Amino acid sequence: MKILWAFLFGLMLTGAVCAEVAVPQQSQRVTDLTATLDAQQTLALEARLAAFEAQKGAQIAVLIVPTTQPEAIEQYGIRVVEAWKLGRKGVDDGALLLVAKDDHALRIEVGYGLEGALNDATAHRIVDEVIVPHFKRGEFYPGMEAGLSAMIKVIEGEPLPPPKRAVVGGKQDIESLLFMGFVIAVALGGMLRALLGRFPAALVVGGVLGGLAWLVIASGVIALLAGAGAFVFVLLGGNRSFGSGMGGGFDGGGGFGGGGGGFGGGGASGRW
Amino acid sequence: MRILQIFLLTLLLSGCGYNTFQTGDEQIKASWAEVLNQYQRRADLIPNLVNTVKGYAAQEKEVLLGVTEARSKVGSIQATPELINDPEAFAKFQAAQGQLTSALSRLLVVTENYPQLKSDQNFRDLQAQLEGTENRVTVARNRYIKSVQEYNVAVRSFPSNLTAMLFGYTVKPSFTVENEKEISHAPAVDFTVPNTAPPAK
Repeated sequence: MKILWAFLFGLMLTGAVCAEVAVPQQSQRVTDLTATLDAQQTLALEARLAAFEAQKGAQIAVLIVPTTQPEAIEQYGIRVVEAWKLGRKGVDDGALLLVAKDDHALRIEVGYGLEGALNDATAHRIVDEVIVPHFKRGEFYPGMEAGLSAMIKVIEGEPLPPPKRAVVGGKQDIESLLFMGFVIAVALGGMLRALLGRFPAALVVGGVLGGLAWLVIASGVIALLAGAGAFVFVLLGGNRSFGSGMGGGFDGGGGFGGGGGGFGGGGASGRW
Repeated sequence: MRILQIFLLTLLLSGCGYNTFQTGDEQIKASWAEVLNQYQRRADLIPNLVNTVKGYAAQEKEVLLGVTEARSKVGSIQATPELINDPEAFAKFQAAQGQLTSALSRLLVVTENYPQLKSDQNFRDLQAQLEGTENRVTVARNRYIKSVQEYNVAVRSFPSNLTAMLFGYTVKPSFTVENEKEISHAPAVDFTVPNTAPPAK
């Protein structure tokens, strides 16, 4: 048994020695594996980038790793963006600020859709004239802050399709309303059916949904239809348990993920 | 009956990887087009670059001439998408691009001796663009290599190799290291102190 463990451990070790630096899991906009930024600074950058994406649609992410050895920062960078797929699919408006702290190297990786605005020369200037002077003095947060501001400023000048869900509470598409109604009917219906019995539950859910529909769409006919539909649905709704009705209703409340943007190696690298 | 036959044939073919070849072929074409595209982008940068360097370092005639010649050689090869089905022309094309790569890196080495040139904003932008384009070429080449690899595996492995034989699909050429000859020789290190600036070679 012991030998087996030793063997497995040995395997792990060799794997760790041979392997290239792994691309970290993408969970937020600012990923700092070196503890260079404190929590507050991370949050500040995070909020800045999230606000920019909500306003403009383009996705910018930051990754700080200790080293990219044995790969060059360009090779590692393209692997990261191929895995993360920053930017919207088809628009390809993603960008990555990658810092390899112990290598004293950094890179701005630019998606296809931003190569016009954030072209190689501009990216190089941001790296060389904005970020590197700060980094040389050991000021990492101010350097990144200034660099990201410069990137945002450049990208803002580029005409991009507007972000999809920019306006909250405005005109939403019927599809998502229908889906929401369905979820409410299933969840609320299941719960009330267990509490009140079949018929009263159907009455309540029908009334609630009808009222909601009237509030949101402001059309009596649709509200009546929705209410009646929900009533029938809950009345006839079978033995589906509350749990299974809810399952898979919502995915990804928070978190952050790339939208499927493509990269082709554009951007610029620098050293400090 | 005829329809049934066609249906069966379709099933059989897709089972034997016919569709894999079609997908792979298109994939290769697309990634090859991207390679050509980036090489073209590099070639387009050169006249500007040469002119800028000339303004500060006109005496580096040999190096400048090397770049110009290598570029015209690249331009003389018809870079068509069909190139990937002709290993010989492919190798020629690759050799020409490799020459241009080394001529360009020689030029950049020489520019290190001209501080004024290096601080010229126009030159720095051009250099950034050249670096970016070289990186794009690398990415495009890697993607091409990957798609060719997938295709070639399908051509050579059973049972799809039977389909490949039937339709005459063969393995496609891929990139090798550009300066194969150079790196197979150990670099000569010369410790004698040169009188003048060392010729970049």
